[in-house]
Amino acid sequence: MRTQGKFIERVLFLLALSAVSSLILITVFIFMEGLPLIVHTGLGNFILSTHWAPTKGHFGIFAMIVSSILVTLGALALGVPLGLSCAITLAEFAPSPVRRVLKPALELLAGIPSVVYGFLGVVWLVPLIREHLGGPGLSLLAASIILGIMILPTVISISIDALTAVPDIYREGSIALGATRWQTVRRVVLPAASSGIVTAIILGMGRAVGETMAVIMVAGNALKLPTSVLDPVRTLTSNIALELAYAAGRHREALFATGIVLFLIIMLLNFSATLITRRR
Amino acid sequence: MPYPSQRTALAGAHPARGPLRLRVVVIFLLPFLMLLLLAPGGCRSRSAGHLSRLCVAGSTSVQPFAEKLAEIYMHQHPEVRIDVQGGGSSAGIFAATQGAAELGASSRELVGPEKNLQDIPIAYDGIAVIVHPSNPLANIRLEDIRRIFQGQLTDWGLLGLKPHPIDIITREEGSGTREAFEHLVMGTSEITPGALVQDSNGAVREIVAGDPHSIGYISAGLVNEQVKALAIDGVLPTRENIKNQKYRLVRRFHLVSKQPPGGACKAFVDFVLSPQGQHLLEAEGLVGIK
Repeated sequence: MRTQGKFIERVLFLLALSAVSSLILITVFIFMEGLPLIVHTGLGNFILSTHWAPTKGHFGIFAMIVSSILVTLGALALGVPLGLSCAITLAEFAPSPVRRVLKPALELLAGIPSVVYGFLGVVWLVPLIREHLGGPGLSLLAASIILGIMILPTVISISIDALTAVPDIYREGSIALGATRWQTVRRVVLPAASSGIVTAIILGMGRAVGETMAVIMVAGNALKLPTSVLDPVRTLTSNIALELAYAAGRHREALFATGIVLFLIIMLLNFSATLITRRR
Repeated sequence: MPYPSQRTALAGAHPARGPLRLRVVVIFLLPFLMLLLLAPGGCRSRSAGHLSRLCVAGSTSVQPFAEKLAEIYMHQHPEVRIDVQGGGSSAGIFAATQGAAELGASSRELVGPEKNLQDIPIAYDGIAVIVHPSNPLANIRLEDIRRIFQGQLTDWGLLGLKPHPIDIITREEGSGTREAFEHLVMGTSEITPGALVQDSNGAVREIVAGDPHSIGYISAGLVNEQVKALAIDGVLPTRENIKNQKYRLVRRFHLVSKQPPGGACKAFVDFVLSPQGQHLLEAEGLVGIK
């Protein structure tokens, strides 16, 4: 039994190694494909120019970087207050039958394919924005709203985990000192769970930055720097997915270079999430 | 920190003895490992079984149609393998000249020394400029289309309609339809960065069908009752007008080869020009050459 256990251990280790090596392979591949273009156009020209016409030799992705950031911030502005209040209600106030129904329902939200969110956005949200607020409807606002809903499950489930991880002794102590339930939540539970909540927000952010399909469908994908929330925008992810089909040569390299920028942004987000959770 | 769903799933599982559970895990994981090891070899051995290969390279506009034709043709003739590659018309013509590809695909006419190649036109492709059906506009000048897509003419009011900003819908960079539109309408000028970008004819049509203030362009064969195709300088993009090239936004798709095609190559070209091949092209939105 013991030797068998050792053998299985080895096999699992090998499998784990292959998972990690595929990650390394992907990283190396993206950089190998994309770096030549960054060297060719110069990092400054690539990142700080807004002129993107890859078939005519212009490779500036500044507008897309800005759009990605704006769409993500928009999604957070909607998703974090909603998600956090949902998590607090479910973890601290809701009677357990409500929690038993609501929590799985919210987790189900994570299982809906993003193309469905995008489709709902196109047929329902976009016309609503076009008719009531103006513009083409496909916009920064539409993308932010759809993404805000899409990050809810991530934000909610990780926040609930963080809140329930706070020991009950804290709550009991606070209430014994005469605090109300809300005061307990605000002054004791939330601060104690704050690192977990920040992680939830950052992971939600990572999901928003990386989301592609739904954004392509509702954001309009225009190359201009947006001047209002009703302007169409193109994010880094949509740029890659939109143009990869028939891209060749420098154009293809430019899309991989876009991938490098995206890769670095997401690495940065994940790294800071780890850092924040470790610090506490 | 695990997701709660994962935690409950684990807690709900039977508390199996350690090694037993490990064995189950391994049984589930082993196939993946095998797949990983076998994948590269499996692909190669399969393609070696084919008798003749054919390479069609060139225009990205022709590519989807060539892929469709190749797919049907290979289904009928399992002994032939056809590789369809992109790269652009010039690259395709060059590949045919060099013999790197048996057939080059081009969405432009041959020029200069290229005319020594065998030129086989296979279809006409018309591009329709479309607006919402409620738009009262029926005719537009080519010049105005250019100014709209340049971002200089930004309001329907300037065309004598009810004033409202124009929503411009274009295709993504690298799209063959966009390349043709730029060539036939834009000349050397660029499409405004303010234009909305969609990545298929169908998506452009959907957006235009939903937005009363929009203008876009799609393959003429894909116009349906959801949208209205505009006449350009008085000519509508009908089948006849595209075929006799009275309509302005038309190009021909060609296959080119160095020598008169023979063998498997000739059989494929004959298939493309056969009623079945032409019918396939028409079903995909082109106008047949015959």
